[in-house]
Amino acid sequence: MTLQSAGSEATTSSNATALELSGVTVDLGGRRILDEVGFTLAPGELTGLIGSNGAGKTTLLRVILGLLTPTRGTVTVPEGPGGTGGTGGTGVGYVPQKFMLDPDMPLRGRDLVALGIDGHRLGLPRPSRARRELVQEMLAAVDAVPFADARVGRLSGGEQQRILIAHALISRPKLLLLDEPLANLDLRSAREVVSLLARIASEQQIAVLISAHEMNALLPVMDRVVYLADGRAACGTTDEVVRSDVLSRLYRHRVEVLRVNGRVIVVAGDSDDAEPTHPHHHDHQIDLF
Amino acid sequence: MQAVWHAIVEPGFFASSQVQLAATIGGVVAIVTAGVGVFTVMRGQSFAGEALGDIGAAGGSSAYLVGAAPLWGFVASSIVAAGAMELVGIQRTRGRDLATGIVLGVGFGLTALFLYLTTTASSATGAPIVILFGSLFGISSSSLPLVLALSAVTAGILIVLYRPLMLVSVSPELAAARGIPVRPVGVAYLIALALAVALAADTIGAILSTALLVGPAATALRVTTRPHRALLVAAGIALACTWLGILLAYDSYYWPHHGWPVSFFIVTLVLACYLASGLKGRGRRRARAA
Repeated sequence: MTLQSAGSEATTSSNATALELSGVTVDLGGRRILDEVGFTLAPGELTGLIGSNGAGKTTLLRVILGLLTPTRGTVTVPEGPGGTGGTGGTGVGYVPQKFMLDPDMPLRGRDLVALGIDGHRLGLPRPSRARRELVQEMLAAVDAVPFADARVGRLSGGEQQRILIAHALISRPKLLLLDEPLANLDLRSAREVVSLLARIASEQQIAVLISAHEMNALLPVMDRVVYLADGRAACGTTDEVVRSDVLSRLYRHRVEVLRVNGRVIVVAGDSDDAEPTHPHHHDHQIDLF
Repeated sequence: MQAVWHAIVEPGFFASSQVQLAATIGGVVAIVTAGVGVFTVMRGQSFAGEALGDIGAAGGSSAYLVGAAPLWGFVASSIVAAGAMELVGIQRTRGRDLATGIVLGVGFGLTALFLYLTTTASSATGAPIVILFGSLFGISSSSLPLVLALSAVTAGILIVLYRPLMLVSVSPELAAARGIPVRPVGVAYLIALALAVALAADTIGAILSTALLVGPAATALRVTTRPHRALLVAAGIALACTWLGILLAYDSYYWPHHGWPVSFFIVTLVLACYLASGLKGRGRRRARAA
């Protein structure tokens, strides 16, 4: 995939990195949404893209997908099986956040996964045994076989999530992006989806980038974290990034990182008062993790 | 036996050239319209289809006024209306109802004016009925090539764009992420919708065109879970309703008030199919609950 624009260059990457961003800056409507964001993702790694609402997570994903051209900076994404250029020829799989489908839509999970093979192509699809087997294999990989013949619109959030992951994976991407995949899931489904994604990352050796405003569900499986605040990013392992000093610098405000029972809680600190303030009643609100 | 057959199919039905023409034009239009309708229902744009039919009525009646074939008027005006809807913002969900509503109002206003002018300025007193409610038996054989050509274009758009259109209809976001140009695909679909509505307006009338567009598709969505089957089922239902409607209308020449409108029969049959599919769905749900 090639992003063609003034001020930004995009190329396809070598095998060592699945994604490389450097100095990515996005200004929209006079506001700076992303400010000099740079990081690399390696194949086989699961990375959390963490930040509160409005931190720039979705904008960053749109930049990686090539739907938004950065004001400055370079984005290097993996080359797709179809080579560079042309529609659908990208090596990036994507699972969107909002997926509202009418319950009566005549579309089975199986059909949606099959659209992942060649949904961008013109003309009618030609059914074949190889095609059916590939779909079945992908459904099995995400444990979606039991509900693959039901209408997608009538599946639960977790089930739809699995179908969408299979839809994204079937084109054999080297990078899988998921926008808030855990947002509308109950705890158990969220845990299942997270361990599924970790399995996919290591088994298929693809880089998985998961955006979330809550990092605790990802903590057990997350290799690296990209922490976004006010459009700026801190990247590294969880231990390197989720620290009071690093996050305070990122937020430009004092925050405390507390670890309680294996969970991480980030609270806004106050310069006058050492007591952690309840974030929902604080001027410098930071999401509670 | 022969008496029963004659009660169902009045003598001369299959030999009548008018019936043959109506069955050909009506059948082709039914299949194409129902196919487009599946995507219309999937995309939640039934209201847009209705509005295109209404503004099509304005075009059809203006064609009457200048002495041209109504189909030209239907096509020209619904294509223009589709363009207007696109500009007002049909691609945004929130702008969709607004765009549609505005177009719909203008359509009715213009139709009222043109029909008034047509009926007062000429002797074409049947114009309002033909434009609004169709007249499958009244179609001239000279319009056959145009109907076939427009149907082919419409079907061609659906066939060529089948997969991208399906993905865009399911989730514009998913489609955009795959590099599908969402807006151009939407525009191409809107052109197919405008053509289908114009064709349906020419056969069963501008007001009733939505019934043929949405009815068979909505029925198909209830009875099948697969996209390509939905298209086949919708086309089959539309074709069956149209042909059966033609048969009943032909028979009705021997009924009281001789010669009931074909459109009435087609729309009634479509409604019957839709209701029947609802009963089937409810029965299945109850069976599962038990």
